[in-house]
Amino acid sequence: MLLVIAQLQTHQRTGATCVAENGFCPSWIEDNWDRYVDPFTQHVVLTLAPVAAGFAISFTLAVLAHRRSWLITPVTSITGALYTIPSIAFLFLLQPLTGRGFLTAFVALTCYTLLIIFRNVTTGLASVPAEAKDAALGMGLTERQLLWRVELPLAMPEILAGLRIATTTTVGLAAFAFLAGAGGLGEPLNEQRFFKSNIVVAGGLCVLLAAAFDVIVLTAQRIVTPWKRATA
Amino acid sequence: MTPQLAFLGQFGDAIQFIFQERESVSGGVQIGGLGEIADLTATHLLVSLVAMAAACALCIPVGLWLGHIGRGEFLAISVSNVGRAVPALVLLFFFLAYLGIGFTNVASVLFLLAVPPILTNTYVGVRQVDPEIVDAARGMGLRGVQIVRRIRLPLALPTIFAGIRISAVSVVATATIAPYANVQTLGTPIVEPQTYGFSGGLGAAIVIAVLTLAVDAGVGLIQRAVTPKGIMLAREGPRRRTGLALPTRRREPAL
Repeated sequence: MLLVIAQLQTHQRTGATCVAENGFCPSWIEDNWDRYVDPFTQHVVLTLAPVAAGFAISFTLAVLAHRRSWLITPVTSITGALYTIPSIAFLFLLQPLTGRGFLTAFVALTCYTLLIIFRNVTTGLASVPAEAKDAALGMGLTERQLLWRVELPLAMPEILAGLRIATTTTVGLAAFAFLAGAGGLGEPLNEQRFFKSNIVVAGGLCVLLAAAFDVIVLTAQRIVTPWKRATA
Repeated sequence: MTPQLAFLGQFGDAIQFIFQERESVSGGVQIGGLGEIADLTATHLLVSLVAMAAACALCIPVGLWLGHIGRGEFLAISVSNVGRAVPALVLLFFFLAYLGIGFTNVASVLFLLAVPPILTNTYVGVRQVDPEIVDAARGMGLRGVQIVRRIRLPLALPTIFAGIRISAVSVVATATIAPYANVQTLGTPIVEPQTYGFSGGLGAAIVIAVLTLAVDAGVGLIQRAVTPKGIMLAREGPRRRTGLALPTRRREPAL
């Protein structure tokens, strides 16, 4: 960051020669802002779609595994193996099957969210106090009511923590989507990878996006767990 | 393409790239074959190893010390949050544009990537050690450094190695983008499709995937070997894979 500021100060005065000297050029950024709009939008889609799909899959699996604990080990091993395969390699391995483009990136990124969300939903559900469940059963709640009205709300902090990790991780991994021809901020990053202004804008947008999603999920976490505010 | 591999389609071509030299897409140069793959793998592992060694040398002592004195929770935890928000590709390109290309810069990027899991896990591992055990050790006359070395470190080792495993996997995975900084790793065929074509990229991707799974399994074996027997016995219920764990949350001791 200091470097960026130093660059900013040195090159502020030079203006037109700035681009030629490969500096940090506010005027260039102003003029070329448009070229980042599409990649940015793609990046947002490349983050939200896989996280949404990953959440739907792993949430369902976790709820299923909640009452059938033998499911936890196989699901964890499979999603764990998927999680270990490097994203770049995965983007290539999928291409013979899904072709170049959005679908490949979507499938790869979805696979990465599975382990994180599954693990957090599972631990969240497992850490619900037995007293709360006893009380709910004593009040005559059915299994289904117990799950939706007691267990899931109490597991919410853990579930959203998983969602938060999954989202920020996906923002980072989506930067590689350009290798599969799916666009995203990696595209402009890679095109002019030695031009400082470009790296600052595209890279900065990437980091800001991750930070923004982080804040959004954190806020959601605070809203859905009002009982936590009393102690905070 | 050899007929035996033809049924695998693009995968067959990619596998052939790994084992047999061929002329590059643009012509003129020989690419692929076990020789080149071995060279690329060696650089790949070397740059990863340098980064991992540096990260371990820094983070384990710092994490042990912070955990022992019980301070710096904010640092140890927020380092991993910040680390997640800065994508590896962005970090590498920042280094490229501002500091230039080369082995040292790639190793530095990988080092920065390796720091958060090791630091956080070391800290959490040390904090997780039952305070009663530490009290007992103190009662037996062990002093600060002895407690860290003989009580806290062995008991925290499984968690520390879980962190090292996460770091090692992500470092080996990320060394793939080193060719952008002119360090020729297994990412080279991926980054230079104009020379290597799609099958080159796919071949390299297969090798990288296998390499990463091997590194994961290797560190997992070490992790199991260093886990004190007492911990293995004490672990109740079905044994869970700890290897791919995200930094485990500190549990409050049940009173």
